Amino acid sequence: MPDHKFDIKRPVNYAWLLKMAWRDSRKNRSRLFLFISSIVLGIAALVAVYSFRDNLQRDIDNQAKELTGADLVIDSRRAPKETVAALLDTLGQQRARERNFVSMVYFIKGAGSRLIQVRALEGNYPFYGTIETSPVTAAQTFKQGRNALVDKTLMLQFNAAVGDSIKIGSVHFAIAGNLESVPGQSGIASTVTPVVYIPLRYLEQTGLNQVGSRIQYRYFYKYDRLAAVERDLKRHQRLFNKEGLDHETVATKKASTGRAFGNLNKFLALSGFIALLLGCVGVGSAIHVYIKEKLGTIATLRCLGLNAGEAFLIYLIQIAVIGFIGAIAGAVLGTLVQFVLPLVLQDFIPIDISMQISWMAIAQGLAIGLIISILFALPSLLSVRNISPLNAIRASFDSVVAKRDPLKWMVYGVIVLFVYGFTYLQMNGWIEALVFMMGILIAFLLLAGLSKLLMLILKKSIPDTMNYLWRQGFANLYRPNNQTLMLTVSIGLSTVFIVTLYLVQGVLLNKVSLSSDSSQSNMVLFDIQTSQKEALAGLTRQYKLPVLGQVPIVTMRIEEINGKTAEELDRADSLQQKGGNSALRAFRGEIRATYQADLRGTEELVEGKWTGSTPAGRAVKISLEKGYAERINVKVGDKIVFNVQGLLLPTEIGSLRMVDWNTVQPNFRVVFPTGVLEQAPQFYVLMTHVPTEKVSADFQVAVVKSFPNVSIINLGMILQILNDLLTKINFVIRFMAGFSMATGWIVLLSAVMSSKGQRMRESVLLRTLGANRKQILTITALEYLFLGVLASAAGIILALAASWAVAAFSLNATFAPDILPLIVFFIVIPLLVMITGIYSSRSVLNHPPLEILRKEA
Amino acid sequence: MENILNIRNVSKIYQNAGHQLTVLDNISFSIQTGSTVSITGPSGSGKTTLLGLCAGLDRSSSGSVELNQVALDQLTEDQRAAVRNKYVGFIFQNFQLLPTLTALENVMVPLELRGEKNIKSHAMDLLDKVGLADRSGHYPVQLSGGEQQRVSLARAFSNKPAILFADEPTGNLDAETSDKVIKLMFDLNREAGTTLVIVTHDLDLAGKTNRMIKLKGGVIISDLELSHA
Repeated sequence: MPDHKFDIKRPVNYAWLLKMAWRDSRKNRSRLFLFISSIVLGIAALVAVYSFRDNLQRDIDNQAKELTGADLVIDSRRAPKETVAALLDTLGQQRARERNFVSMVYFIKGAGSRLIQVRALEGNYPFYGTIETSPVTAAQTFKQGRNALVDKTLMLQFNAAVGDSIKIGSVHFAIAGNLESVPGQSGIASTVTPVVYIPLRYLEQTGLNQVGSRIQYRYFYKYDRLAAVERDLKRHQRLFNKEGLDHETVATKKASTGRAFGNLNKFLALSGFIALLLGCVGVGSAIHVYIKEKLGTIATLRCLGLNAGEAFLIYLIQIAVIGFIGAIAGAVLGTLVQFVLPLVLQDFIPIDISMQISWMAIAQGLAIGLIISILFALPSLLSVRNISPLNAIRASFDSVVAKRDPLKWMVYGVIVLFVYGFTYLQMNGWIEALVFMMGILIAFLLLAGLSKLLMLILKKSIPDTMNYLWRQGFANLYRPNNQTLMLTVSIGLSTVFIVTLYLVQGVLLNKVSLSSDSSQSNMVLFDIQTSQKEALAGLTRQYKLPVLGQVPIVTMRIEEINGKTAEELDRADSLQQKGGNSALRAFRGEIRATYQADLRGTEELVEGKWTGSTPAGRAVKISLEKGYAERINVKVGDKIVFNVQGLLLPTEIGSLRMVDWNTVQPNFRVVFPTGVLEQAPQFYVLMTHVPTEKVSADFQVAVVKSFPNVSIINLGMILQILNDLLTKINFVIRFMAGFSMATGWIVLLSAVMSSKGQRMRESVLLRTLGANRKQILTITALEYLFLGVLASAAGIILALAASWAVAAFSLNATFAPDILPLIVFFIVIPLLVMITGIYSSRSVLNHPPLEILRKEA
Repeated sequence: MENILNIRNVSKIYQNAGHQLTVLDNISFSIQTGSTVSITGPSGSGKTTLLGLCAGLDRSSSGSVELNQVALDQLTEDQRAAVRNKYVGFIFQNFQLLPTLTALENVMVPLELRGEKNIKSHAMDLLDKVGLADRSGHYPVQLSGGEQQRVSLARAFSNKPAILFADEPTGNLDAETSDKVIKLMFDLNREAGTTLVIVTHDLDLAGKTNRMIKLKGGVIISDLELSHA
């Protein structure tokens, strides 16, 4: 009787599987390492970013006191009432205070001026850390007389030296020292508004402390016992809220700094992750080719009695080991790169980074490397289970593609979940993670679809009359074992990433440059007192400059919203245990409002009815900027009582406006109709257009000399600041994009090498049939050139679409990309692909066919 | 004598783009243990397909295949793999040596798969018998075609199979090398007492077996006992 229950139970011999995996990899190790090298840079980027994050967090914890410079900082946007000021003078054991505001500085020797942040300081701030100056003693000695500490970049810009004079407002100060660094301030912040310290006692003499001046009042405290900080805050919280005082402690600064760098870390980690994903595409496709080449070996082993699970395990072991080695290489490289990151990011960091090896980051990198290399290799690895032993006796038999494998779909599902999960962990928002993942998925699908379409078109449309070499080159793009899909996706994605970064940067710069239109203002003068209004307009015209507008500004604060004061709202919120008292924010700080009869070009009515004037005795209908209304939680029809420098003014929200803030002219959150504020204390903003930098500089000097309290913003300066900023941000972005670019190239190299066997056999056959070196070279070059052209074109088109979307929806800017750099991208990328392709095929060109055939057998 | 292989009413039909292709049509025969059988026929007659079914490399569309008392049609692929490892040896036209393994390792694989220990000397003995003991550390690419087939022979006999299937074993060899390989194959077979099934075009080779089954168009057109003087 036949034995129907043949005993197949054979214990899995893991030792032998390991041995077999080792033996089987013998002739493929360099190739396997090439495949896996695709993920090395991605892992390196992640390990570097994670190490940086860990070190940063530790340093924030260690240096939090130096960040604030005090145990408690209280600040206010308006001068505290006398009673409050008296209270503020009793807190802590040591006290210091500062008033800061933006103003113009005039360098006497160089006759140049610039908008700066003036910090008028009194007391021994900082209590922790130091204001670093050169000479070192200047941080203390400057307070002894009419001296100033001037930001080092400003000193360089105006070629100033210690001992030179500057003028702020009406007062001359001697430069006591270069300001090297300020507690809690990053290098990039000083690029935007360079800081100048002066002693507080000279502030009044400058004449800049006037009605309408936007001064921030800051009070610094040092406590002997930290518990007292919390006690004081708790005791006076209600009063601080009512009076619009904000506070910062070491703990809150630690949290806010951590949050701020959380975003930077998210960007860095996602950049690394994109490089890693790109590498994974490379791993996936290379392993696919590898397994296909192993078909004969696997089929033979199956003939000899290897079961499907054992065959699968042999290759799983290979991939896992190589993946782990790749991850180790990535972790080592990442650990080295992390020492470079602080150099790249130094302008953005307000603290000293002490880089140390982060074992946690290394462990995360190793785990991710191992998981991702296995996960992306699994779809191909699973096919091993389905390889029939019949392949050993029939070369044409190919059951790998014949079977539908539900496990494979499960793996695809796990890959999507992994990508989503990882993104979610970086972004902490499921919608953001979904958008990111969908973006990548759509790019993947579009590139894959495009390559399929191209293959179809080529297949149908290549005429038989075409030159043989061209025909062969084209045909390689769609024939079996082609690399079109994989290379299009990997090169295309790299291109999308790089070109999008480039284009968005262009949009940002372009957005500002567009404002240089002569009909638009490119210089704004503000803080003009009513008494100076006509004289300044006269000076402007004297320089043959147009007065494009003089806008009145009235400072005020909110007293009541819908009949409730800040105190009443605070109590109501406490009772309802609301987390965020958004309406309370409305009461803090001063509001700078204007009045006007008509909407400006930068404003668009989105809700309610615009009221341009208020007849006497009628309700005052104001207009709010939509975003501001949402932030303070009010709507059309709500009632607001403003305190206009002591006078209570009831109003009703009549309309909401959208405002384009990205223009060189004043825009307002709160706009009154005419007929209400005309008699209130006010100051003005004047807009003009300066034709050249020379006129701009001369005019600014004249203004600063005659009207020292007036501050100036000019487009040239904004452009310069933006350029400085973008250059620094660009460096960071390019540094991170470099990982993707290099990974893209490795993926390309790996793809070309992995399919080399197939091309090699064909080329050798062609050579055997009489093709010469030049002909083989031409066919190979054409194939890779077409691939490069297709992938880069697809990548550039997608990048154009992505950049347009960013410009239109995120930056609200016109998208007019510069064509020339795109052409450069379009030429360089295909050339790189072609050179790589030719380089990897060189052996077939330089050796006799028989030698290659034997080696490749 | 017992039958090691029983083929009953076996058909193999491939579906291709809605068309049915019958490669084997209702084939039946049995092979006695220890005998030598050749399966011949023109290209496309179904020889290799039949060998695949007999050796448990594939499943028939209908009918039954019973190898050494085991009904192969009722087994899963992994079960059939275990059967092959236990009872079957293979010799392939294109040798099918594992390119990344040395000659010795290639010979050891079937035994290692069984989990047997101390197999090196046995494998070396076999390599010695095929005259390649001094090439044991060489990779297939470093061996000639004839040498590769001799390693393949050593591997086929290494697990002491009950039945040996040879698919065109001399198809890739020159006449002189073929003769040497055939002699070696029959000698080893005689020594091991293995049943030998050879699929071949070569009528001289087929003539060396006890029985010749001739296929054409997927059916057996003759089944002759051959007598050797």
